[in-house]
Amino acid sequence: MAEISISQEEFLKFREFFYRKTGIQFEDSKRYFVDKRLLERIMETDSGSFRNYFIMLRFETTGDELQTLTNLMTVNETYFFREEYQFKCLVNSILPEILGGKKGSGPIRIWSVPSSSGEEAYSIAMYLLEYWPEIHHCDVEIISSDIDTRIISQAKRGHYSARSIVNLPKELLYKYFRYHDGGYQICDDLRQAVAFTKVNLMKPTDVRGYRDFDVIFCRNLLIYFDDLSRRHAADTFYDALNPGGFLCLGHSESMSRISSLYQVRKFSDAVVYHKTKETK
Amino acid sequence: MKRILIVDDAATLRLYYRTILEGAGYHVVEAINGVEAMEKTLQAPFDLYIVDINMPMQDGYGFVRELRGRDVSQAPAMMISTESAANDRSRAYAAGANIYLVKPVKPDELLANCRLLLGEAHQ
Amino acid sequence: MPFVNPKESPATEHDERKRLRDCASLELQLTDPSPAARRWAAKDLANCPGATSALVAQLQNEPERSVRAVILTSLTELGDDEAIAGMVACLRSEDAAIRNEAIETMKLLPNQVSPIMANLLDDPDPDVRIFTVNILESLRSQNVEEWLKTVILHDDHVNVCAAAVDLLGEVATSASREALQGLKERFPDEPFIAFAADVALKRIDTP
Repeated sequence: MAEISISQEEFLKFREFFYRKTGIQFEDSKRYFVDKRLLERIMETDSGSFRNYFIMLRFETTGDELQTLTNLMTVNETYFFREEYQFKCLVNSILPEILGGKKGSGPIRIWSVPSSSGEEAYSIAMYLLEYWPEIHHCDVEIISSDIDTRIISQAKRGHYSARSIVNLPKELLYKYFRYHDGGYQICDDLRQAVAFTKVNLMKPTDVRGYRDFDVIFCRNLLIYFDDLSRRHAADTFYDALNPGGFLCLGHSESMSRISSLYQVRKFSDAVVYHKTKETK
Repeated sequence: MKRILIVDDAATLRLYYRTILEGAGYHVVEAINGVEAMEKTLQAPFDLYIVDINMPMQDGYGFVRELRGRDVSQAPAMMISTESAANDRSRAYAAGANIYLVKPVKPDELLANCRLLLGEAHQ
Repeated sequence: MPFVNPKESPATEHDERKRLRDCASLELQLTDPSPAARRWAAKDLANCPGATSALVAQLQNEPERSVRAVILTSLTELGDDEAIAGMVACLRSEDAAIRNEAIETMKLLPNQVSPIMANLLDDPDPDVRIFTVNILESLRSQNVEEWLKTVILHDDHVNVCAAAVDLLGEVATSASREALQGLKERFPDEPFIAFAADVALKRIDTP
């Protein structure tokens, strides 16, 4: 059997298609990465050539193969202080604006979804303690949710491998963790700072109670959803946010293919999505 | 080099405008709807906007209105649509557009109007 | 620690949601002066199979984008013929935002909209035909190329053909070759048509 290869023309064709379907755009420098995964799927589906595979991808009625390919193209893992620029944005720009607009003395509410094994929610708690002095003058609730109950138990336990803490500044590692049982155990104070809950974002009865949030982090999740589910999620977050609240997506994600309900806001550290106080 | 943002959901049409404008020496960036156009504008502003009216997520009127209303950019905006009814033209101007063209646009017409809006008409 | 844990229930139910949630009262709340109440009513009506008419009626008059979005999502879930007809009516709206929201929603319902595509491509209003071509983009059906071919062979409106040839640039196979060549001859004075047809032809010839 002749070796299957992907020509430059085919790469460009695929890139345009994938961009339109998912909003994810590959730079030329990602060519090797993209080819490798495409070839993997061409073999796996017995397509025999890029052309056959691409026809199947475009015309399949279920969208299953596009989903599989998307998962493959976006494989990533979570770790402490991942995409730290957004936490910077949180303390430098978002929280000051939220605090400025708050009437009354209710807590600031932050929702981190999906929780995965808890790195993001704990990172937020640590970031606030370390870099946001206002934390000592107001109450903050951090809720973190996931669909997978096993991963929630893991998040609550707060025990991490060396890979998870690789981006964490040493002084924070020493301050909030101790080495235990072959890994890094997060301290009880932080464990109690986050409430972990089980939520299926697609289930109205699950999300109904999630309201009055000021900031929602939903990073690198929507890329795994189909169009309709993305739109549902965007609606759900809109309802869950207070007017004036903010939604933070992952670095390769954008609302531009999902919903026009939010206003795009650029702060010095990040681009985020805003639920304006009055809608038009 | 002057930077132009093309905002249109039709891929081949974007390529057509891009080919014409790059041939005339402009730097061209594309967006498929108003939300993406706003994201790109907030990253780095443009000297001229070429905006379709009918687009998913956020239409051209909404984008230009937001551009002006939030004072994100006062750079000239050219709106291009399939419609030629008088009220569409007036809606485009009301939203903050500077020129309204009706599709299909010929290369000379596109370039002449870009030059006009960029203040290069005398060159 | 300045962190507080939320009570057992993550949030309190709002007043809007405390009202009776039966279908009849939800339909009444669709015209409530408060946008938040309308939004919640529209959301919950997704579970009321008879609610399509009320949702469609409100869709045409609803000024708030965020409420229209929920109405359309609920209509997507109901997905019956009347819901589709309500979306088609929106394609004729004077309001560009409503038109585009309807197109976006119809793209999410390939199975439901496929049967009406042929009729919409014959609509007397060229804008409706253009929007229909935009919807075809999402259908992922072998019929799409056939429909687009019919458009570029027979539709007299240059912008309808322009929309069709734009999409053919992505989906065309050698079955469209002659139609694309014919299109250039039908509109010899339109540079964009020639450009787009050539892009599509080039893609067909790329092995």
